[in-house]
Amino acid sequence: MNSRACILNAVKENQPELLALPDITHLLEVENQDLVAEFTRVIEGIGAKVFQVNKYQEIIHHLKADFETEKVRVVSTLKEFDEIAKPFSGLDNHELADVELMILPTHFAVAENGASWVDDELFKERVLPFIPQHLVFIVEKEKIVPTMHHAYQLIGKKKYSYGTFIAGPSKTADIEQSLVLGAHGPRSLRVFLV
Amino acid sequence: MKTIDHAANSKVFNQDEDRVDWHDETLWFIRQKRDKASKQIPQWEALREAASQIKNHTLSNLHNYLEEFELNAKANGIQIHWAKDAQEHNEIVYDLLAKQGISKMVKSKSMLTEECHLNHYLEDRGIEVIDSDLGERIVQLAKEPPSHIVLPCIHKKKEEIGALFHEHLGTPEGNADPQVLTEAARQHLRDVFLTRRAALTGVNFAVAETGEIVVCTNEGNADLGVHLADIHIACMGIEKIIPKRGHLSVFLRLLARSATGQPVTTYSSHFAKPRKGKELHIVLVDNGRTKQLGRPDFRNSLKCIRCSACFNTCPVYRRSGGHSYHSVIAGPIGSILSPNLDMAKHADLPFASTLCGSCSNVCPVKIDIHEQLYKWRQVLVKEGYVDAKKALSMQLMAKTLASPTLYHLAGKAARTTLKYAPFIAQNRFNPWYHQREMPAVPKSSFGEWYQKNRTK
Repeated sequence: MNSRACILNAVKENQPELLALPDITHLLEVENQDLVAEFTRVIEGIGAKVFQVNKYQEIIHHLKADFETEKVRVVSTLKEFDEIAKPFSGLDNHELADVELMILPTHFAVAENGASWVDDELFKERVLPFIPQHLVFIVEKEKIVPTMHHAYQLIGKKKYSYGTFIAGPSKTADIEQSLVLGAHGPRSLRVFLV
Repeated sequence: MKTIDHAANSKVFNQDEDRVDWHDETLWFIRQKRDKASKQIPQWEALREAASQIKNHTLSNLHNYLEEFELNAKANGIQIHWAKDAQEHNEIVYDLLAKQGISKMVKSKSMLTEECHLNHYLEDRGIEVIDSDLGERIVQLAKEPPSHIVLPCIHKKKEEIGALFHEHLGTPEGNADPQVLTEAARQHLRDVFLTRRAALTGVNFAVAETGEIVVCTNEGNADLGVHLADIHIACMGIEKIIPKRGHLSVFLRLLARSATGQPVTTYSSHFAKPRKGKELHIVLVDNGRTKQLGRPDFRNSLKCIRCSACFNTCPVYRRSGGHSYHSVIAGPIGSILSPNLDMAKHADLPFASTLCGSCSNVCPVKIDIHEQLYKWRQVLVKEGYVDAKKALSMQLMAKTLASPTLYHLAGKAARTTLKYAPFIAQNRFNPWYHQREMPAVPKSSFGEWYQKNRTK
């Protein structure tokens, strides 16, 4: 008997009598709250910076002040940032290793934990949010949901090949519990709420 | 060979009292962060209950969910492998690498590969493995196992890490600044991420409904590794399955809050299909799990999501350190999982507890950890895995307590002895009296007092 059959047989033999799957729809009930304020409070608490803006031009203005956008490599999948960024169209994603600043759209964000959801409907190259030194997310204000339950309701049965929640810059506290931002991924995260 | 038991190991750890205090306080600080995070969610208890019930249900229908997961994952182009034990798991991983002529691999945190001793297996066959989680990399450089499942080098002081990095990564001698050390690891591992063709990760959750897996990290090391490699190997125990994608909401809300007090891990990545032109392999491992599933008293230990809340709250873990458990998974949960794998080797672990129950109270999936610790003690005594002296003294005690004559006699003897020759009990060989005052010896037992006074 192969291992697959062996394991499945042993599971069948040893699993207890069927227990009911609980209904979790009650977890969707939440108190009314200011989602933008809550999202901002939480994501700033985990090391990101939040800016509320009206136009993309304002974002460009901000980024020009913080980065030498003329000198460093800036990549974005959004044509609105053509003035300071280039799209990535290479075949080998290792060529992204020297990107200083990455500007990316998001599907929606979650107030309770500051996470933003991105999947390959927005961009095919999975390493984009992980490889730059600094990351910028564009989040639409009205697309902030209260909790993860609402988040998965939005995702639904969507067929993506890869998707991820990202909450803040990459970080570690492995050395004596001292928090250090910028473990392996981005050293900073700026979220622009539009 | 008899392994050194938890009590003896703890004694070694406790020789450095300052370090024990520091270890204790650091972990308690994390426990407090967990408390704070959990109290910010009004639905916390409802979430725990939901998580517990989802896991109970899953275990009761695991056979079907495993088949459903396999079917959906395969339809997505993922290759599925089944391993009945650690040996087969290691062989599968090795074959996948050997087939492509790969001799260097980067690995993010996976307790399962620790359980299977994969690194040693691969290194013996000429394959270099580099752990990319910072804490794991530190213990790997120190040639030690992790002492904690979430914080692998929590037992290490920054000065020791500074010395390790000076030796291996060329950081300035005497520099123990976490910022500087983390930066050095970042530079070193970035080069690793960019040059490895194979990346291995663990799995936090596998969704039967969609055939996708979810991997959670704070550092981004799992994603950087796999997105830059040609082949992604994900290893998981068969108990990591959950029924539906929507259930991830429950577990992702609980996991990081229970672990470190964060609202969520920085990255929660969902892998449903391989990258275009690349490979994604999932190895489903039993290694004793089906046996545990067949033990009614202990099966719900398989609900564990590896958050480590029970470690951080445990008064014994905090004061004895992870290495004292001489087991891949330490702490209270390790003490109920390990005897399943090898009773003789881990017979001491269920006794490394005060049975205070704090572990069960913080467990996000409501495993009755302290009750299982107590039940394992009974199994281990019955099976004859307990120290003969302890077994004999317990039998004597049981006989004495069962017979009124013997009980009265023993009480009298004890009172007389303690009155006239207290040194027999109170000496340096009896650890019970270290740092403790003796209670005053009563003149008589309650029975004797009652006999004398009831007629008055």
